[in-house]
Amino acid sequence: MTLGLSLGVIVGYLLLALAVGLVAYRVSETTAEDYYLASRSFGTVVLLFTTFATLLSAFTFFGGPNLAFAAGPEWLIVMGTLDGVLFAVLWYVIGYKQWLIGNRNGYVTLGEMLGDRFGSVGLRALVAGVSLLWLFPYVMLQQMGAGEALVGLTDGAVPYWGGAALITLFMILYVVLAGMRGVAWTDTIQGLFMLSVVWLAAAWVVSAVGGVGAATGAMLDARPDFGSFGGGTYSVGFIVSTAITIAFGVTMFPQINQRFFVAKSGETLKRSFALWPVLVLLLFLPAFMLGAWAAGMPVDVPEGANVLPVVLNEYTPAWFAALVIAGAMAAMMSSSDSMLLSGSSYFTRDLYRPVINADASDRREAWIARVGVAAFALLAFAASLFRPGTLIEVGSTAFSGFALLALPVLCALYWDRTTRTGMIAGVLVPQVAYLAVVLSAVVGSVPTLPRTVLGGWDVALGLMVLSGVLTVAVSLLTAPTAESDASRFAVAGD
Amino acid sequence: MQRPLSDLAWIPTFALLVAFAVPWPLWGVDRVVAGLPVWIWWHVGWLGLCAVLFSRFARSGAWERGMGLRPEADDDRRDGAVAGGGDRP
Repeated sequence: MTLGLSLGVIVGYLLLALAVGLVAYRVSETTAEDYYLASRSFGTVVLLFTTFATLLSAFTFFGGPNLAFAAGPEWLIVMGTLDGVLFAVLWYVIGYKQWLIGNRNGYVTLGEMLGDRFGSVGLRALVAGVSLLWLFPYVMLQQMGAGEALVGLTDGAVPYWGGAALITLFMILYVVLAGMRGVAWTDTIQGLFMLSVVWLAAAWVVSAVGGVGAATGAMLDARPDFGSFGGGTYSVGFIVSTAITIAFGVTMFPQINQRFFVAKSGETLKRSFALWPVLVLLLFLPAFMLGAWAAGMPVDVPEGANVLPVVLNEYTPAWFAALVIAGAMAAMMSSSDSMLLSGSSYFTRDLYRPVINADASDRREAWIARVGVAAFALLAFAASLFRPGTLIEVGSTAFSGFALLALPVLCALYWDRTTRTGMIAGVLVPQVAYLAVVLSAVVGSVPTLPRTVLGGWDVALGLMVLSGVLTVAVSLLTAPTAESDASRFAVAGD
Repeated sequence: MQRPLSDLAWIPTFALLVAFAVPWPLWGVDRVVAGLPVWIWWHVGWLGLCAVLFSRFARSGAWERGMGLRPEADDDRRDGAVAGGGDRP
């Protein structure tokens, strides 16, 4: 009975989200610019929440509480710093600049912007290819998160693959049917919904265990080390390198980066920027503290399940627990849709059209995009069944991969002397090196290369530095090509 | 265009805001205040401070000047209006 209720709530909610997307699709025009960017018409609330909801993924809802449960509430500090503060600064430094440039020249993707500036189809395709590569583990992460969430919620009655398959199905349905406008609308609704429901969940659980003080007290009784800042997993190296790689990585995520092109006005970006730290904190505080408090609760978290659904199941009614998980899954679905949609625009605009078939009709392009999305999601689903790491590990890998793009992009945005060769070296070399590190852990026959050095410092941070150094050094050693045009990135007339 | 010296103060300000969003001075401190570890309160307060200073940065005109634009031009700027260069005589 309870199982039926839980599943009913979840499937019902996902169907509702799909319906909202379809309504949004009906009111949208069908040009590529509308499909991908909703005609650059997002206002503050929609932009804020669509960006916010895109960050709302399994990484936040399930990975974060899991890590807080296992290693302590410091994860709140790491995520709050990187997302609430560092990302906000980058929102201005990278995002606003890209908005100004994109508005002038009508760009839709990062690759398009860079390709045009440096007059290089190769660079355009490279950036798109790298982005698609790291998008893969992040989509996979959503499927893993959904699978583990349903295991936790139903106490194993729904197998891991079942939850992963369910979200994959909705992802494909949704993105094939809607487009950016549909995604943006559900993002806003889901962002608001999740924000309220997470607080409600925290209040419910906290009152059941006797208040905030009692929850913290029980947590400290069970895990005294949770009370003091730092230590264990949270070394200085871990905190600094995680915060930097993820924050820079987030700005290069296709779905986030594309958001930098969609604001209606500079005013919209400004308001979102100032509200950002508070919004981020409002979500992270209850979600991660629930995870940390769970360490002191008499709950039994099954192997391979997420902690949040288990806690909700224990302290809140079944329908409410199912509603929270449904909300989280729907938010994950819309994050994934944003990713898949942006990914498909990277694929069709930056790879398929310029490299493979320049004369493809719009119909053919739209068809390729949808088939591409379905194939990508299915492959990620297949890979998610192998569960190659924890949610945080898989997520961090993807973020770091994207982070390696950030410094070359910053050079291109602010330094006129950047050359095409500099960009290609700065992007390609660190990517190859990082890919070798990541793959060495997956492929059995080669020795595994270390991911962290000197007590928690991520090698990706070193490779980020390398990407910046290479871009600058190679740019200084080479001359700008005749096709490149630094004035494409000028934003002021004087 | 001319940027007031005070605009440059935002650069170290942002650096400080990012650096101390992590409560480094409370490293190893395990005091609990009002039900939560004290370093969590530091973080909560710090992000509030960030929101206040961010909104001041955005409203002061430094936001546009940082990109070489004139703040006044932003009021009625919509969609492609920036295409003229964001500057008017």
